[in-house]
Amino acid sequence: MTELDSPDVTTPGKGRRFDRGFSAVVLGAGLLVLAVLALILISTGIEALPAFQHSGLDFILGQRWAPNNPDSPLFGTLTFLYGTVVSSLVGLLIAVPISIGIALFLTELAPRWLRAPAVTIIDLLAAVPSVVFGLVGVLVIGPALVPIYQWIHSLVADVPILGSIFGPAVNGNTFATAGLILAVMVIPIITSISREVFDTVPVADKQAAYALGATRWEMIKGAVFPHSFAGLVGGAMLGLGRAMGETIAVTLVIGGSTQIVANLFASGNSMAAVIAQQWGEASGLHTNALVGIGVVLFAMTVLINYSARVIVRRAEIRMKGATA
Amino acid sequence: MSVTTTPPRRQVDQLPDLSPAALSWRRRLANRGMMVLITACLLLAILPLGLVVFEVISRGGGVMSWEFLTADIPRNYRRVGPGMGAAVVGTLMITGMAALLAIPLGVLGAIYLNEYGKNSALARFIRTMADVMTGVPSIVMGLFIYVTWVLTVGEKNGFGGALALACLMLPIVIRSSEEMLRLVPDELRQASAALGARKWRTIVTVVLPSAISGITSGSLLAIARAAGETAPIIVTVGIIFSANVDLFSGGNTTLAAQIYRNASLTFEGAQERAWGAALTLIVIVLLFTIIARVIAARFALKER
Repeated sequence: MTELDSPDVTTPGKGRRFDRGFSAVVLGAGLLVLAVLALILISTGIEALPAFQHSGLDFILGQRWAPNNPDSPLFGTLTFLYGTVVSSLVGLLIAVPISIGIALFLTELAPRWLRAPAVTIIDLLAAVPSVVFGLVGVLVIGPALVPIYQWIHSLVADVPILGSIFGPAVNGNTFATAGLILAVMVIPIITSISREVFDTVPVADKQAAYALGATRWEMIKGAVFPHSFAGLVGGAMLGLGRAMGETIAVTLVIGGSTQIVANLFASGNSMAAVIAQQWGEASGLHTNALVGIGVVLFAMTVLINYSARVIVRRAEIRMKGATA
Repeated sequence: MSVTTTPPRRQVDQLPDLSPAALSWRRRLANRGMMVLITACLLLAILPLGLVVFEVISRGGGVMSWEFLTADIPRNYRRVGPGMGAAVVGTLMITGMAALLAIPLGVLGAIYLNEYGKNSALARFIRTMADVMTGVPSIVMGLFIYVTWVLTVGEKNGFGGALALACLMLPIVIRSSEEMLRLVPDELRQASAALGARKWRTIVTVVLPSAISGITSGSLLAIARAAGETAPIIVTVGIIFSANVDLFSGGNTTLAAQIYRNASLTFEGAQERAWGAALTLIVIVLLFTIIARVIAARFALKER
């Protein structure tokens, strides 16, 4: 080799084979996500099959849950579905306005020095483990709420519909308490999505609103909200998905009784909570049925999450198109 | 706002009064009221955080001691006195094993998405599915590992818990690492390629080192979240009272699982241990979160 020879950079050899191998490995790691999701559906689906076959459509539509029934166990999960939906909706009703408020505060109102600490507080709220919220919920917040529930009930007891929604409260473990705890847990998620969405509102629109003489609130109403409506819906749905799948905090504060009642101050159960409660003593078909609840829950949350992501992404793309 | 200065009037008398005082009382009230409400929302979020931190510190602080962190858990829930040693060991080992599984795989997956897949249909699909996977309820992840691991090996053990936590961490690590890889300037990759480095070499020696602080901080946040997970643990791990350092045989336990077990009991001793375990867990989680934020703030690549 003379000094003037340039290095041959095209030689196929060990390096190139290693390159191929490396790209195969990282592709494999990427595909792992798809593999795990598919495996979850297949493996839990197969495990739950005996329970599905045993109960048929009653698994979803039936209201009677009697796993230890001597003749033939009954696995109707409608009450748990009801509890999941009601506690999540109560959570969302509380969390969505507060989250939008926080996001507005952070994007439109807060002085620059306050933004970083405020974001840190929201992040810390997201970092608290759900079981700790459950612990505080069942031992401190629940008991403290009982007199408030009773007071609300006494206010509306004679009003026809409100009287049954805000019915009598026996103890602090209720749908309402579960919803309240869920609200605290989904606020960080909805806030962060709302902030992303508000950040994409074109500055020109806001300035135009001000130039027309709008106050700050009128600017938010006229320029920020119309732009971000779709994104906010997506954020709320992400929160809903999280709330429906939340297990331990709800298990601790929802009370664990199998009933469908309009009374928010009564105790109930949710799909995730019933799995956690009964897992320890379950065996045989009972275990299959609990796995079956998990399959239904998985399908529901994946569906909600997927559509929420699509909505948020579409909203963001539309917005970026507007600024360009 | 209340001090109003009338703008100097010129001869032109159509010049409108633009001062806030000129607004109708209705518009001014709506504006003021909404601004107060928006600010109150932040306070409403601080309230539960403050309450949780206060309760956990005031109730858990009393039982905290070296003995509490190391002694065995009493077999009788009624007994008053310390002991969370098995749970502390279990939390560290199970979460550590989950991190060992999920972080390398997650980073490799992120490398695929950002360096190889880019905007291809497959990469976009994986990205969406990773987002969907972050939303899978943790209890479902526990059931999945129960069916695939616990039923296969025939017993509940620590490794099952680690697998479940790893599945929960994987999408978080992938998405946060990908964000960080995206911030690495393309010029670095081009310079490396111009020097004759192959793609894997460019990635391993140039791209990864530039993004390592961000990847570390994202991974620490994922660890912090996994350490507090309860539902998959109670499904896959079983229960023990004295520390078990073997993840592959025999049951195990974590702080989160112990909080859950003890929280719903009415015995004073059990509740005290639940509060102590909550304090320990919160300290561990916050420590990881704070270290992650410090690393992110100190060494972050600035977005360009």
